[in-house]
Amino acid sequence: MELEYFLVLSAVLLCIGLYGVLVRRNVITVLMSLEIMFTAVTLAAVSMSRHVGTMKLVDSPAVISDPSVLSTLLTGQVLALFIIVVAAAEIALGLGIVIALYRSRDTVDVSQANLMSK
Amino acid sequence: MLFEEIIFWALSAGAVGAALGVVLLKDVFRSALLLIVLFLSIAGHFVLLAAEFLAVVQVLIYGGAISILIIFAIMLTQNIQQGNLANRLQIPAILLSSLLLAALIFVFLDTDWNLISNYKYETNIVNSAFKDTPATLASLLFENYALAFGLAGGLLLASIIGALSLVRGDQ
Repeated sequence: MELEYFLVLSAVLLCIGLYGVLVRRNVITVLMSLEIMFTAVTLAAVSMSRHVGTMKLVDSPAVISDPSVLSTLLTGQVLALFIIVVAAAEIALGLGIVIALYRSRDTVDVSQANLMSK
Repeated sequence: MLFEEIIFWALSAGAVGAALGVVLLKDVFRSALLLIVLFLSIAGHFVLLAAEFLAVVQVLIYGGAISILIIFAIMLTQNIQQGNLANRLQIPAILLSSLLLAALIFVFLDTDWNLISNYKYETNIVNSAFKDTPATLASLLFENYALAFGLAGGLLLASIIGALSLVRGDQ
């Protein structure tokens, strides 16, 4: 598979998520759209890692067979793993804030969360 | 190759359809279920990209833990009947996200991605690196990225404590 297919798919997912973050008023849906954006970025990182391993180069490349250099082929996957960890921490905290908001204001509408503007 | 492409297009259609459903559906609970579909199809994409370990992690953490958390929060807030309202920003948001999409697709298709690296890898060595991804990932995580790995553990601990103290209430 070509790299561009995966990159375009991740761009489409990112923009759908962005639309959801901007438009939705239910804060749980906003968090879900954020998760879509996270997933899109993860997909881009993994596909880039695969691409660096399989591409053909044009300018007089040096042939490498050193294992320590070779393991850096998977750096994109390590990046994706850390994105997943941060997303898990973010969603746990975000849902905690949602529940605290619901307890104090009785709503999950982001446009109602305006204590500081009054 | 043809088989891979069929799988890719099926998974992509599922992912984009599910993402649109998450954003557009009125029912928050159905959005959460469609989010699981999206996560599982992305796990399929990871298998296509020779990242089997990440696919399993995706199914476990996203498909299992995060979606259960989201459904749990929806149940606790009990606001499903109100539905999934949109705010007044709808038209600017459509404009902004389609502009961003057009720009991203143009950049992705216009760039020569073969110029990223100075190395050329021998094919059989590359295949060996991608054959045993969990072992290679482990050596990367515990050697090159050991500090980041420890910091990620600290971050998870801090977020668990933060979430607990947020939902604990007044007592």
